[in-house]
Amino acid sequence: MTVALDLAPASEAEVAEIIADRHARRAPLRIVGGGTRVENRARGEALSLSRLSGVVTYSPGEMTLIARPGTPLPEIKAMLEAEGQALAFEPPDLRGILSGNGTPSLGGMVAANASGPRRVLAGACRDHLLGVRFVDGRGRLLKNGGRVMKNVTGLDLSKLLAGSHGTLAALTEVVLKTLPLLPARTTLAFPGVTQATALRIFTAALSTPFEVSGAVHVGGTAYLRIEGLERQLAYRRDRLLALLAEHRPEVLDDAPWGAMRDVAHFADGGPLWRILCKPTDAPEICAGLRAMGGDSSLDWGGGLIWYRGPGNPRALAPHATLIRRDTATGPAFPPQSGAVARLQDGLRRAFDPAGILNPGLMDA
Amino acid sequence: MTIAMPAPDPRILARGPQIVAALRAALPADAVIDDPQETRAYECDALTAYRCPPLAVTLPRSTAEVAAVMRVCADLGVPVVPRGAGTSLAGGALPTADCVILGTMRLREVLEIDTANRFIRVQTGVTNLSVSAELEPLGFFYAPDPSSQLACTIAGNIAMNSGGAHCLKYGVTTNNLMGATVVLTTGEIVELGGPEMGPAGLDLLGILCGSEGQLGVVTEATLRILPRPEGARPVLIGFDSPEVAGECVANIIRSGVLPVAIEYMDEPCLRAVEAFAKAGYPDCPAVLIVEVEGAPAEIDDQITRIRAIADALNPVEFRESRNADEALAIWKGRKSAFGAMGRLGDYICLDGTVPVGQLPYTLRRIGELSRQHGLEVANVFHAGDGNMHPLILFDANTPGDLARAEAFGADILRLCVQVGGCLTGEHGVGVEKRDLMGDQYAPEDLAIQMQVKDVFDPDWLLNPAKVFPLDASAAHRAAR
Repeated sequence: MTVALDLAPASEAEVAEIIADRHARRAPLRIVGGGTRVENRARGEALSLSRLSGVVTYSPGEMTLIARPGTPLPEIKAMLEAEGQALAFEPPDLRGILSGNGTPSLGGMVAANASGPRRVLAGACRDHLLGVRFVDGRGRLLKNGGRVMKNVTGLDLSKLLAGSHGTLAALTEVVLKTLPLLPARTTLAFPGVTQATALRIFTAALSTPFEVSGAVHVGGTAYLRIEGLERQLAYRRDRLLALLAEHRPEVLDDAPWGAMRDVAHFADGGPLWRILCKPTDAPEICAGLRAMGGDSSLDWGGGLIWYRGPGNPRALAPHATLIRRDTATGPAFPPQSGAVARLQDGLRRAFDPAGILNPGLMDA
Repeated sequence: MTIAMPAPDPRILARGPQIVAALRAALPADAVIDDPQETRAYECDALTAYRCPPLAVTLPRSTAEVAAVMRVCADLGVPVVPRGAGTSLAGGALPTADCVILGTMRLREVLEIDTANRFIRVQTGVTNLSVSAELEPLGFFYAPDPSSQLACTIAGNIAMNSGGAHCLKYGVTTNNLMGATVVLTTGEIVELGGPEMGPAGLDLLGILCGSEGQLGVVTEATLRILPRPEGARPVLIGFDSPEVAGECVANIIRSGVLPVAIEYMDEPCLRAVEAFAKAGYPDCPAVLIVEVEGAPAEIDDQITRIRAIADALNPVEFRESRNADEALAIWKGRKSAFGAMGRLGDYICLDGTVPVGQLPYTLRRIGELSRQHGLEVANVFHAGDGNMHPLILFDANTPGDLARAEAFGADILRLCVQVGGCLTGEHGVGVEKRDLMGDQYAPEDLAIQMQVKDVFDPDWLLNPAKVFPLDASAAHRAAR
């Protein structure tokens, strides 16, 4: 089946015009960023933001980047690296697990609040989002926040839009905090440890002041990453080696942090779930998942479990999102109830009264 | 008095005794105050130029009691003004005569400390400093550290998304808040977030934080805690112009060293501090205090880099602290700056933020505005994140002086917006900056924010005359 030509506005005004028209006609739109998520099953005509692309301003001395949502993430990454900076939350590239063939975009990253292993140290994407321009479901072109680090001027709608998967608004510009790229990194690997042991290693390491910037358990090996200036790094490595000697750590100059960030180990099919939990609960949840069949890995020091398998993990851990559906059925996002569900519905109606933006994507 | 508050609703005032009786029926006897002698203690916060005793004050001790207050007030259509410790410099806790104050100060329990999962759960009436004091023996701390931390409460910190001197590295409250127990205007109790790392649905906690008591009352909070750094040491750098000091800030940030704090003081501030605290600061137009953290060797390494950056800009002085006493001496003047300024007279403390690259221009323009308005201004602020705190000096006993100072302040805040910044970095809008919101946001940008408030508080009972200009919010408030 061939798909009709995408709507592909090249300006904010065009985005606003299209959405205002669809609002009046109550015609649903499926917002597409870089097209890396073939899982986007929202109903409606595709609205591509790929032509709304390019950097508006990048000020390394102010640690701020202003860019349009369709800007390819690899482009941003290269530009920042040339100035010795990075997006500290380490956005993953999920093409491998979602079989997408597009290029990850800045807008998609914000809409998904996509954050990699460095989340344990640096926070999530939303923590680095300083401001947004967006078109709401009525077709109003709006802004919130700004381009400064500290800002409490009015309600913080940027946080709300991060992770809202385009169900509240179409982003037309995002402002992100950039941070110095730490020049050196090293990895401590702990081969042949269980998830329970990995959790003990993570807890010990993350309770030190050595700024562990990755704590992952994949395929029976636990990995800790530290980053910093050269001298810092040697010192911190030695202190951690001493602290964790009983678990027989090995020092690796490098480890597949990119592949672990992108969940490459679960690239080859099957339903894939992303589960958020209290880190110390992870080993027990993973034992339950194993009993249902399938495999799991840990990121964020145990706070994030990736589960590939046939079971539905929500009975074990309510904060489970189905990232790759495959044969799985039921809602992708955890159902909400009571007052929280009412507030979320109310917010959706406030932003998008006709319910035309990515309807059904968050099962709302 | 240049900031107007809506006239109290006579229908509510007429039902005063009935409202107090209903509150007393729902709460323990000592949790309701309506004696005019006692309610006066709540007539203002730290924006003392504006005062109005409330109809009544409630001091609940539990989430259930907070919910009871909300239910009574919702049933009777009475506005509720939440109040933490009352340290707001923006009038966030300013009452109206027809409101009930909901004070969180008796919610004082530490509920749970979990170092394995790196969080602390507290009732929100605990002070900011006491949270870190609880954590100190365990080797952890809570990062946001507003300068009022001895008095201010977590409830107020969440309402204003408070920062502090160390947020350059650690972020502000929203980056360190993991979960909240919130009482809605219906009296319903909802849990947002928790010990897990992020929401699975919409980020309701994200809009709640910094909402200035507009959406709900937070009674319990889960806060992210961090391992204490091994050590910290400041350096002091003097420059012969504000522009060069500003350049030094930007160069440090670009270099890859990320200090925990970069503080700036200008000449009027330095003079006042020297007269008051005798901190031995150099006599020059601009001083930076830069603090770095880590083990001793790490600190040395970072200071060496900072020295190289500063030396390239010909500083008047580069002073390193070699021990704890010298570190204290460097911080002494900065920490006494507000007290030192207070000796010179009354002052208004502003809170605009500008992009770091605009600091030199903004400082120059503030100097020009100072001459124009005929009022002195001193600058002491968090330079690393561009969060400025100009202090405008005036004499409260001279008729018209407060109004002149407010006009000068409004000009400075408009300047902050013009150069790409914002009206408030960490104090909040409250009533102080309420009428300037139109300079920052277009009417529709404010409309969507008010529509969000409609979702949480359809009758606009929570802190109704704050944040949004009164003419903009009139139709929403009239829905009551």
